[in-house]
Amino acid sequence: MARVRTGVRVVGAVLAAVLGASLAGCSSTGGKRAEERAKAAEAGRPAVSTPRWTFAMVTHAGDGDTFWDIVQKGAKEAAAKDNINFVYAHDDQAQQQAQFVQNAIDQKVDGIVVSLAKPEALKDVLAKAVKAGIPVVTVNSGSAESAAYGALTHIGQDEEVAGEAVGTELTKRGRKKAVCVLHEQGNVGHEQRCAGARKTFGGTLENLYVEGTNMPSVQAALQAKLQADPSIDAVLTLGAPFAPTAIKAKEVAGSKAEVDTFDLNEAVARDLRSGALGFAVDQQPYLQGYEAIDLLWLYRYNADVLGGGRPVLTGPQIVTGAEAAKLEEYIKRGSR
Amino acid sequence: MSAAAPADERLAPTSLVRRLLGRPELGAVVGAAAVFVFFSFAADSFLRASSLSTVLYSASTIGIMAVPVALLMIGGEFDLSAGVMVTTSALLSSMFSYQMTANVWVGVLVSLLVTLAVGFFNGFLLTRTKLPSFIITLGTFLMLTGLNLGFTKLISGSVSTRSIADMEGFSSARALFASQWNIGSVTLKVTILWWFALVAVATWILLRTRAGNWIFAVGGGADAARATGVPVVKTRIGLYMGVALCAWISGQHILFSFDVVQSGEGVGNEFLYIIAAVIGGCLMTGGYGSAIGSAVGAFIFGMTSNGIVYAQWNPDWFKFFLGAMLLLATLLNAWVRKRAEAK
Repeated sequence: MARVRTGVRVVGAVLAAVLGASLAGCSSTGGKRAEERAKAAEAGRPAVSTPRWTFAMVTHAGDGDTFWDIVQKGAKEAAAKDNINFVYAHDDQAQQQAQFVQNAIDQKVDGIVVSLAKPEALKDVLAKAVKAGIPVVTVNSGSAESAAYGALTHIGQDEEVAGEAVGTELTKRGRKKAVCVLHEQGNVGHEQRCAGARKTFGGTLENLYVEGTNMPSVQAALQAKLQADPSIDAVLTLGAPFAPTAIKAKEVAGSKAEVDTFDLNEAVARDLRSGALGFAVDQQPYLQGYEAIDLLWLYRYNADVLGGGRPVLTGPQIVTGAEAAKLEEYIKRGSR
Repeated sequence: MSAAAPADERLAPTSLVRRLLGRPELGAVVGAAAVFVFFSFAADSFLRASSLSTVLYSASTIGIMAVPVALLMIGGEFDLSAGVMVTTSALLSSMFSYQMTANVWVGVLVSLLVTLAVGFFNGFLLTRTKLPSFIITLGTFLMLTGLNLGFTKLISGSVSTRSIADMEGFSSARALFASQWNIGSVTLKVTILWWFALVAVATWILLRTRAGNWIFAVGGGADAARATGVPVVKTRIGLYMGVALCAWISGQHILFSFDVVQSGEGVGNEFLYIIAAVIGGCLMTGGYGSAIGSAVGAFIFGMTSNGIVYAQWNPDWFKFFLGAMLLLATLLNAWVRKRAEAK
């Protein structure tokens, strides 16, 4: 027992020391205080007096995905404005995603927003929703299947078109040999992006698959690729978190390649501004969530439909250093 | 016994060759040599110094964790929470520093304490409940995965942490955990030093200290060990805290080299650590293995995963090649060990 008590005393002493240090060892730069100082209070209030409808959003997002977090934020803010009770569920397993849609139907929601990463798995349950008279809007992936499955509108970026924009931009920048870094093996959207880029790119473009959940291995694999082939003059990452890693890999490998990326985040904006990144392709995830909810509301309120049966594109928008400075504030608050 | 009795065969001098053949990491070394030779021919750029430094970096990020995981396996246990614990540790120091607007070092210290507490929790629960480590650490794995996401979202409002690169103490912490040296075209990362140091310390513990004997004894048979006075509980808790300590080191490396941490990272990496330890000669049943072996295992892993890229093989088959190489290395390892034991 004596030993245990000593242990407790030691732990207590260490904790006290740390708390003391945390009070004394404050940082005068950065941190939450700086954020709070900068941030003005913004409260979302409904702008309309329509009944409080319930809209459900079910996506194929994995846990802890930055991109989907922004989509969700857009949807939430539109819901607050439109006086909507917003329900969100997500699972990267298609079967579970279908189950969540079924749950929404069971709850007799007034509208459903769904992403169709694995369209086949959601076909039946979407038919059920349509039969139950619930309006459906699809977002992000599934532009080809959306109308056939009875959705009012599809809001998202056509991955192939986005890839083509990248290919054109790379050609314009005089690049000859590019690597497309795929961080999720088997993701159809990723393949389409690289394929689209290959189509319009004047040079050659190779695919490189990396372990997206393990950042050091992403860096090592990319380093290896750049060391193996010094003629590579462009690296294209498909997600914002991988862009700074690609820059590091390039520096270590001593490569002269230009790094470009899909999607935005704080680090990407900073690197765009400093010139470490060439350009970023934004598909405006905030808009995908926001528009989906707003369009459901418009349909309920005014029977409005957008797109005329064709997908409504939220991208690609090519962002370079000049625009990045302007967007940085929005990126910091998590809406770009 | 009288002096005339036949000499104890255990005391007989053994030749260097025999002693080498008895080492657990021998098979792994042969396997590593085979993989090395293979990629030297298959990939033109593999043998360049800059390429080898990339391979070493890749190996070190696995290797730092493979060392305590190997020790734990010698002690007869698993830790499935090791992969996410690395992420937990990185998230903790980043978020604590940011939210408290504290010097980065304060966050680093808090993270060390909490990570060690998680290791203690694993070991304590294991010894108290007598449940298999598979269940206990699977529980911890799931809880940590959930906490990583839940807390990060609750605190920073998004799924990744805020950048702490502009905060006080960041540059000195980066120097310790994520610095690098350029020697000509070669970039050496500090993780390689951490890795070598950990292997040296672990080897010393295993072969030269009483604690090392305890680890082997506990892994060989806990009941027998307890009967001979080995502090089984203390040893096991210590082993889990060792995993936690190294998870902290790896976590800080990830934080200070990428300055923003995604809360979903780390899942699945625990298997890489176990794979490295197993290739390096640790038995799945405990009681046998070495820290050097785990380093060789991590090195094989680093060579394979990067060698495939250097060889410029069709990336569609990446995972297949990786699996096949690992399997071959392990089979070769097992074969060499069997030959060695037969002598």
